[in-house]
Amino acid sequence: MSLFEVRGLVKHFGGLAAVSNVSFRVRKGEIFGLIGPNGSGKTTIFNLISNYHRPTRGTIHFKGKNITGLKTHRISRLGIGRTFQIVKPLGRMTVLDNVMAAAFAKVATKAEARDLALETLAFCGFEHRKEVLAKTLSIGERKRLEIARVMATQPELLLLDETAAGLNPLELERAIELIKKIRDKGVSIVIVEHIMKVMMTISDRIHAISFGQTIAEGTPYDVANNPAVIEAYLGKEYAEG
Amino acid sequence: MKRILPLALLFVLILFPLVVRDDYHQHLMILVLMWVVIGSGWNVIAGYTGQVSFGDAAFFGTGAYTAGLFAHKLGISAWWAMALGGVTAMAVALPFGWICFRLRGAYFALATLALNEVMRHVATLWESLTDGMVGILIMQTFVSKVPYYYIALALAVVSVLSIEVIMGSKWGYYFVSIREDQDAAESLGIDTHFYKMVSLNIAAFLTGMAGSLYMNYMGFIDPEVVFSLHDISIMAILVGIVGGVGTIYGPVVGAFVMVAVHEFFRTGFFGFFQKLAVLTGSGLVNTVAAYVVQAHVLGFGILVVMVILLLPNGIVGDWNKIMGTLFPVRKKGIEG
Repeated sequence: MSLFEVRGLVKHFGGLAAVSNVSFRVRKGEIFGLIGPNGSGKTTIFNLISNYHRPTRGTIHFKGKNITGLKTHRISRLGIGRTFQIVKPLGRMTVLDNVMAAAFAKVATKAEARDLALETLAFCGFEHRKEVLAKTLSIGERKRLEIARVMATQPELLLLDETAAGLNPLELERAIELIKKIRDKGVSIVIVEHIMKVMMTISDRIHAISFGQTIAEGTPYDVANNPAVIEAYLGKEYAEG
Repeated sequence: MKRILPLALLFVLILFPLVVRDDYHQHLMILVLMWVVIGSGWNVIAGYTGQVSFGDAAFFGTGAYTAGLFAHKLGISAWWAMALGGVTAMAVALPFGWICFRLRGAYFALATLALNEVMRHVATLWESLTDGMVGILIMQTFVSKVPYYYIALALAVVSVLSIEVIMGSKWGYYFVSIREDQDAAESLGIDTHFYKMVSLNIAAFLTGMAGSLYMNYMGFIDPEVVFSLHDISIMAILVGIVGGVGTIYGPVVGAFVMVAVHEFFRTGFFGFFQKLAVLTGSGLVNTVAAYVVQAHVLGFGILVVMVILLLPNGIVGDWNKIMGTLFPVRKKGIEG
């Protein structure tokens, strides 16, 4: 049985169909890549899953349960964590406090939250920055904070929205390492990323969309060689040639 | 230092009415302590949770009227109604928050402003219950101000301490998370609507208690006094901002400063104008003085602008900055 499933997801913003009839399944313990050109609806799909937007049609299932329309915080409590493409650090709190605020989802007392937060920061290799105010972090550090914070809620499914964008080569390498480490912990991951090198190396399967519609799904190799995908990214003549 | 200072202040406050025996200064201190309670409440919802309230008078007035009506209509001591004043204020906060926390930022602030005015009109027009503009007069329990002082002090200490405890707990972390980024907070599993309600109700409870205290102490209330936008709601904001938004002891410092400033304007610069009028024998001075006193709200406005420009984090929040300016530490050059 798949851990997570999206069935016939549709989202209209006024007359614009941002997502039309997208379906996919995520198996336990895999890294599932979601690719598509700019504006193809990847972030919208994430926002539909965590219910920042309500789907026009379609259902979302997690561990065999229909979770469509549940409030955002309930979805998080069920075990679906997410990061934001446009990072949302809790600016005037320290890194540790950011992660502690998330840890309270799992524990009740301050001491326990502190322990869980420190453990999570160590896991993410971010312990050395714990006393720093989140608003002073660099973009790379903010992306790492996003991951550390959501990991403190101990999700079973993690939605990563462009956590590698804007990173320098060294940070990028570390981010890939961290994502693999999270997967090895048994967390299933849906990842949206523009950097193809990242997607091709870490994804177990890839789902490609364009203009809100599914154009391909399969192993990274199959998807990379799919004419529809090449056309969406590079134009028609490349697909034919 | 950080722990000793509040204890020293508490010690001074306990001794204060034993040393300073005149009614006037005791009265001012009772007001200061009452404002510590209201300011602390405002600080929870606006300072820590980031939901700015322009309507604290709605809770203050509800608390005051609860105590007043208990004594007036039911003949029960208004002291019994003190805790109840907090509860009835929460009864106002609950439906209000449940509906209006769908609004964010400035829109929520506008809704609180409306709540303030709605409650004032209810108290004015519902004459069969509140006697409208006639107001409510009850017998004061004590002749001396000292008992009121200690009751106010106890209430202020309990408010500050409970907020310190709350802010060190899960609730505190959740309040600040909501202030910093509501969407991020929601994504981390925080029921932001629920915790905003919790925060508002803490504020309403404290402010309602302060209102009941005011009824007991002053013995007279009417809608214009206890539901006053500028004398209660705006004053609560000033106490919070001047003292330091989002700091435990900010409202304490803010209450001292704002009651002093309020009194400064009310008395015509501590009687300066009156003396000047006697000295010069000129009627013009009296006229000018009357205008200046009337314009105390303008004075508040100027003060807020100054504080926001110079000390955006308030007196407590920018304490190090103030000390650095007043007592600059000379940087020692490296001897070599």
